[in-house]
Amino acid sequence: MLLQRRFEEKCAEAYALGKIGGFCHLYIGQEAVSTGVMSLLREDDYVITAYRDHGQAIARGMTPRAVMAELFGRTTGCSGGKGGSMHMFDAHLNFLGGHGIVGGHIPIAAGAGFSIKYRGGDQVCVCFFGEAAVNIGSFHETLNIASLWGLPVVFIIENNGYGMGTAQTRATAELDVRKHGAAYNMTSDSVDGQDVFVVRDAVEQAVTRARTEKRPTLLEIKTTRFMGHSMSDAASGTYRSKEELDRSIKRDPIELLRASLRDTKEFGDDEFATMNEAVKAEVQDAWDFADASPEPAPEELYTHILVETTSDTSPSQTLEAVHA
Amino acid sequence: MAVLTYRDALNQALREEMQRDDRVFLMGEEVAQYNGAYKVSKGLLDEFGAMRVVDTPIAELGFAGVGVGAAMTGLRPIIEFMTWNFALLALDQVVNAAAKISYMSNGQFKVPIVFRGPNGAALQLAAQHSQAWESWLAHIPGLKVVAPGTPADAKGLLKAAIRDDNPVIVLEGEMLYNTKGDVDEDPDRVIPLGKAELKREGEHCTIVTHGKMILVALQAADALRKDGINCDVVDLRTIRPMDVDAIAASVRKTNRVVVVEEGWELCGVGAQVVDYVQRECFDDLDAPVLRVHQADAPMPYAKNLEKLAKPDAAKTIAAVKRVMYLE
Repeated sequence: MLLQRRFEEKCAEAYALGKIGGFCHLYIGQEAVSTGVMSLLREDDYVITAYRDHGQAIARGMTPRAVMAELFGRTTGCSGGKGGSMHMFDAHLNFLGGHGIVGGHIPIAAGAGFSIKYRGGDQVCVCFFGEAAVNIGSFHETLNIASLWGLPVVFIIENNGYGMGTAQTRATAELDVRKHGAAYNMTSDSVDGQDVFVVRDAVEQAVTRARTEKRPTLLEIKTTRFMGHSMSDAASGTYRSKEELDRSIKRDPIELLRASLRDTKEFGDDEFATMNEAVKAEVQDAWDFADASPEPAPEELYTHILVETTSDTSPSQTLEAVHA
Repeated sequence: MAVLTYRDALNQALREEMQRDDRVFLMGEEVAQYNGAYKVSKGLLDEFGAMRVVDTPIAELGFAGVGVGAAMTGLRPIIEFMTWNFALLALDQVVNAAAKISYMSNGQFKVPIVFRGPNGAALQLAAQHSQAWESWLAHIPGLKVVAPGTPADAKGLLKAAIRDDNPVIVLEGEMLYNTKGDVDEDPDRVIPLGKAELKREGEHCTIVTHGKMILVALQAADALRKDGINCDVVDLRTIRPMDVDAIAASVRKTNRVVVVEEGWELCGVGAQVVDYVQRECFDDLDAPVLRVHQADAPMPYAKNLEKLAKPDAAKTIAAVKRVMYLE
């Protein structure tokens, strides 16, 4: 959580200096969601998310170097500098990407779930999206399919209250978004997303349901982003009052976790300070690495548009072979 | 060789590829129990079971995305759209996901998926069911787009599409499903993507076309032959990537070109062919290139208006005669 926080703060700094371009959506305030969820997943599970993806990428195990270099548009980035802020991918971590079209990746999550079921595996796929995505068609089409076919997917609505600058109350007729589960015969729940232990408990049930019963879950996790929607807008002022933001910041997930750990001898303020320094050094190292890394060569413009077909070289290839 | 309908040729391609590779599955509306809206998937449910021949809800965006996710995670989906007109609802998955994921992930993920179904007009289906989408789809880097016009090409190109590791669009035609032709029964015979075929040879004029319009072009070429005008008919077969060499080779021989396509004029596939021709064969041309295409109007229902709107052999013959300065 702390690594994600310090990382995103560094991103804001880099953006201001023009080292990061394009759209850049920071995860500050929501770290307990990614951390709680990822802590319960196996290496062979799948994760897919939307465009606010730096925190999830790091929580899944991507190095700050790979993520920062991607943000700097460098060849050492996780996507070779060709994806950018919204398109973090890591095949080794089964991280199926950050996706930039609201709701566009939700059916893809069901596809990963279908793939698991097709092969008879016991993995799960976790799909993150914001509360504003429940108003788009792909969400509904996917929930229907996932429930109808019994796909092992956990759909996580990260409800931070705002779709860009539009408050949920101005965009969504039914604010209790977990109710959408009922329309698709899917178990659903709603939990506090600022307490990482609460997140863990809720996700554990959902993951178990997917793994053992092959049933999807719709899980609303209520959180707050402490920043603007992207680097283009202020954290408060236009569509969110300063008072509201200040109230939310009092429930900073990192501070809540610190408070719960402070009582234990193992993790007091000294330990936190030590960790904080280590994390800051790691983030600075990521910056230095990204800054020193080369830009993609001009010929990279045309690579990976299509892939060389290799799969048909062994016609007898079986599912086991694929799985291995 | 066996004489098969276009429908049965597609069916054979699906069956053979599903037998060959158990990662291949077919998904779409009515593909399983109903045996396919156009019976292309007849018998496949019985042979391969419900996990590999999958009926979906009417949710094009949803099941196209399921296909993309399955392809990213090791399977080889064939997504059937009942018509490409319905596929418009799924274009986010085709354009923003399937065509982009390899590039955005720097090649970490590939999306070996086939999106297939009938494209273009049939008979009196009116404005929403009669559209040819190839120029939209061929515009997108990251996709391959094929449009087989004969049973042999239908089988060979679909097999190649299924074996390809990239997203491949296969544009079929309702009016083609019942057409018959010789088909190679060798299960290993595939037709390489990106290669045009000369369907008729002649020295006077080149007709460049693809898909269903092959039938129109051949009809025109046969009629013209009786008047002593011999045409090269270049069947593009694959629209993206386009076989520019095959077009240029023919144009250098005939010096005159007519491009025939089912879609509308503006920004059509034919416009791109004309661009290649002017770039590659500027000094070889003896006449401006002419195009035959759908009238610039939505497809009307009334039979007489529909006939007026569609490209046909008579319009093609007239265009060939004009580029030969015979009319």
